[in-house]
Amino acid sequence: MVDSSTRQKLFGTPETNFLNCSKGWKSWAFTLDHKRIGIMYLIGVTVALFLAGVFALVLRSHLFTFDSTMLSDDMYNQMFTLHGAVMVFSFIIPSIPAALGNIVLPMMLGAKDVAFPRMNLASFYLWIIGTGCLLLAILSGKGLDTGWTFYTPYSIDTNTGVIYATFGAFILGFSSIFTGLNFLVTVNTMRSKDQGWFKLPLFVWSLYATAIIQVLATPVLGITLLMLIAEKTLHIGIFDPKYGGDPVLFQHFFWFYSHPAVYIMILPAMGVISELISVYSQKRIFGYSFIAFSSVAIALLGFLVWGHHMFTSGQSLVVTLIFSAITFTVAIPSAVKVFNWLATLYKGSILLNTPMCYALSFIFLFGIGGLTGLFLGALSTDIHLHDTYFVVAHFHFVMVGGTLTALLGGVFHWWPKIWGRMYNDFLGRVGCFLVFSGFNLTFFPQFVMGSRGMPRRYASYDPEFQIFHQLSTVGAFVLGIGILLSFVVLVYAALRGPRCSSNPFRAASLEWQSSSPPDFHNFLQTPVLTDPYDFESQVYDEELDTYIPREFANPDKVAPRKEPVHH
Amino acid sequence: MNWQLPLMLAQTNDSNLENLRERTEAISMQGTTVPDSSLIREGTSNPFVTEYWFPTQASSFAGEVDFLYMSIFWISLVFFVAIIGAMVYFCVKYRRKDGVIAPEPSSSHNTAIEILWSVLPSIILVWIFYVGAETWFEMRIPKENAEEIQVTAKQFGWLFTYEDGDQTNELHLVRDKPVRLIMQSEDVLHSFFVAAFRQKMDIVPGRYTYAYFEPIKDGVYRLSCNEYCGTGHSKMKTACIVHTSEEDRKNNTKWIEAEKTPFENGQRIYQIHCSGCHKVDGQAATGPALNLIWGTNEKMIDGTTELVNEDYVLDSIWYPEKHIVEGYGPVSKMNSFKGILDQKDVDYVIAYLKELKSSTGDAK
Repeated sequence: MVDSSTRQKLFGTPETNFLNCSKGWKSWAFTLDHKRIGIMYLIGVTVALFLAGVFALVLRSHLFTFDSTMLSDDMYNQMFTLHGAVMVFSFIIPSIPAALGNIVLPMMLGAKDVAFPRMNLASFYLWIIGTGCLLLAILSGKGLDTGWTFYTPYSIDTNTGVIYATFGAFILGFSSIFTGLNFLVTVNTMRSKDQGWFKLPLFVWSLYATAIIQVLATPVLGITLLMLIAEKTLHIGIFDPKYGGDPVLFQHFFWFYSHPAVYIMILPAMGVISELISVYSQKRIFGYSFIAFSSVAIALLGFLVWGHHMFTSGQSLVVTLIFSAITFTVAIPSAVKVFNWLATLYKGSILLNTPMCYALSFIFLFGIGGLTGLFLGALSTDIHLHDTYFVVAHFHFVMVGGTLTALLGGVFHWWPKIWGRMYNDFLGRVGCFLVFSGFNLTFFPQFVMGSRGMPRRYASYDPEFQIFHQLSTVGAFVLGIGILLSFVVLVYAALRGPRCSSNPFRAASLEWQSSSPPDFHNFLQTPVLTDPYDFESQVYDEELDTYIPREFANPDKVAPRKEPVHH
Repeated sequence: MNWQLPLMLAQTNDSNLENLRERTEAISMQGTTVPDSSLIREGTSNPFVTEYWFPTQASSFAGEVDFLYMSIFWISLVFFVAIIGAMVYFCVKYRRKDGVIAPEPSSSHNTAIEILWSVLPSIILVWIFYVGAETWFEMRIPKENAEEIQVTAKQFGWLFTYEDGDQTNELHLVRDKPVRLIMQSEDVLHSFFVAAFRQKMDIVPGRYTYAYFEPIKDGVYRLSCNEYCGTGHSKMKTACIVHTSEEDRKNNTKWIEAEKTPFENGQRIYQIHCSGCHKVDGQAATGPALNLIWGTNEKMIDGTTELVNEDYVLDSIWYPEKHIVEGYGPVSKMNSFKGILDQKDVDYVIAYLKELKSSTGDAK
């Protein structure tokens, strides 16, 4: 038990915090503080999201009519390529781990920072350089028209800025490896005293699983892209049949990274959702160990299924059969997570605020994304659906419906912690509704088009698909408005929102034991190790209008703890 | 649910279809307009039946593919409704009221139920995998007595060569006659896709790939390139025509060079080799339009002008990098046709260009 003034000091609104402890641009540009780096990453990925989002809206506007002349064929090809490349390499992959993870992970461990703060800052600068190189493809006036997949031999033939873009992706790969390596070491070495693996929040487990993939798979992409650059400039004969190479080999190399990369995108999202569902149900997460191990299982199985992107590529039949079989095994751990989240809701105390609305949207959208994966994992149906709009819809449901939704949910969840200010919950939920409905309107019609045989990456299409494309375009703008509204709500909250307390949501993981915004050193005093899913460990303190660990509370004012139920 | 909106609007789509189709039904590279037979199906707006999701089943295995698709559709629907139903029900029933945080005590772990919901979906997945693989073997293993057709794909067109040496740029097949497509690409990756057949196979430069199927319904179907191949990717479409009999096909595709005029021969060469990138209606495409160029002075990318005469045409076909017209390239460049078109073929093309100029030129 501590006295009132100590409580005030630990959990009250602080005078100095990591945001105002030092000033000037240098204090940000050269900061080693994981929270500031996280915020810079958040700003960076937001810029990338807006840029790639504008590309998306341009190409969706072009597709509004079947014989549109808004863009030339070359321009259209450049638009979808840049949309894909910027979204994947500069936005989704770093979004949750490098932005949210950076801010939250060390605090969840009760640590002061990540294991290698300088490497963390280097990762951010590599992100800037990599994204810059990617965009140099546009600024050089050459553009990029290969698709984000850089398939050979077209990428070797074309005169567009493939070298800039692939070099950019190569550097972004290092940025990703730096983050991953940092997180691996941090989780292994910097956990609180007595904080065993099974006392970690599931977000940490998912970031750890993600980091394994980042460190093991990304080098393969790096090597592949370097070989592509070598092939393009020196004509060595690896990927282009003109020089004796094999284009299918490129696809194998590319997907050996890019399939696991899908799990780099979705695993952290699943981690965020596990936190949100549990906190806003005020209930211990159901099947902790199943969720934790399913993250690791997904990470490992994810390395063995890359060939399912290549069922029609001409790879051997036996290989194709095996890849299809293994692909189905990935479905199980994903399904297990969804069932566990549902079971967590059961008999919970469910608060439908903005982050929770995003979490529920996630279950809906990821559910569709996951289930439509079954059509694509099965061999006969995949042959028909491969590279049609069905695939486009499927992976957007997973990446946008999954990752972007979880990112927004996570940002709304941790926003009060980061800024010490609360957002307007009503407008937040309106934004969530717009994102959710706009998203469905955009991508659901694409399942119908795909099944009916509309190939992807088509600048003009057959007239009978027009109505579906129009729905899709309208949906894209609704989605855009939703994201913009959320952005406004968040920025307004950060600058002008009402002050909030250190733990307004009664969350039990360690980051909520700091003040809001946290101190530069995260915690003024070593946090009490609490079980992240034992919400009874947090009690309400009237004086501070916040939840604090039972150990710090005034025992006279707190009801004795209910006996925990064991099963 | 909000996703019903597109489905409802899709209903109106079917009635508009005729309208739209009249505007462009050109799926043929020869410039002819042909309606896609796979669209002429039972117009339905009921998303719970096969016809809603798929074009006509025009190959022997299309029905099996659709069966698996609809099976997964129903399995997914049941799971999805159960999951979302439970989610919504819990959210309503256990919603936090008046800010009172008092969750009812409940279990946070139950090995039996967790094993159950891991194993039950696994069994369904094994079934899906098995059925998918079974049909897929039919799609990937050749039938006996299949006729062999050579497919050559290039940016941005198709060339089909039949057993008797005939060549077309639309695929002509005979109903109930299995085919084995032997496919090669002259430049980059392409992919053979006929939605009505549910068959798709990439065409990879530097190796042969194969596609097998048996058309079971006559009609005209859309054949499209399904692997991104550059500027004109979305224009790399042609028609696949399934005839009722061998004679029927012969009558449609037979071509005896000596019996035709140089113009007709030139036109055919244009259709097979050039029409992927060059149009003859005055519209610029990947390359310049060809109908009015004969005898004109063309402005080149380097600022010079060239008179379009016999020499220019020969150079443009054999050594296309020599003269690049202003406004084209450098992204989309033409490949040399030396070795593909000989001197006589070039003569035919010249005859074709002259005739085009005089006929369309007069009309103006």
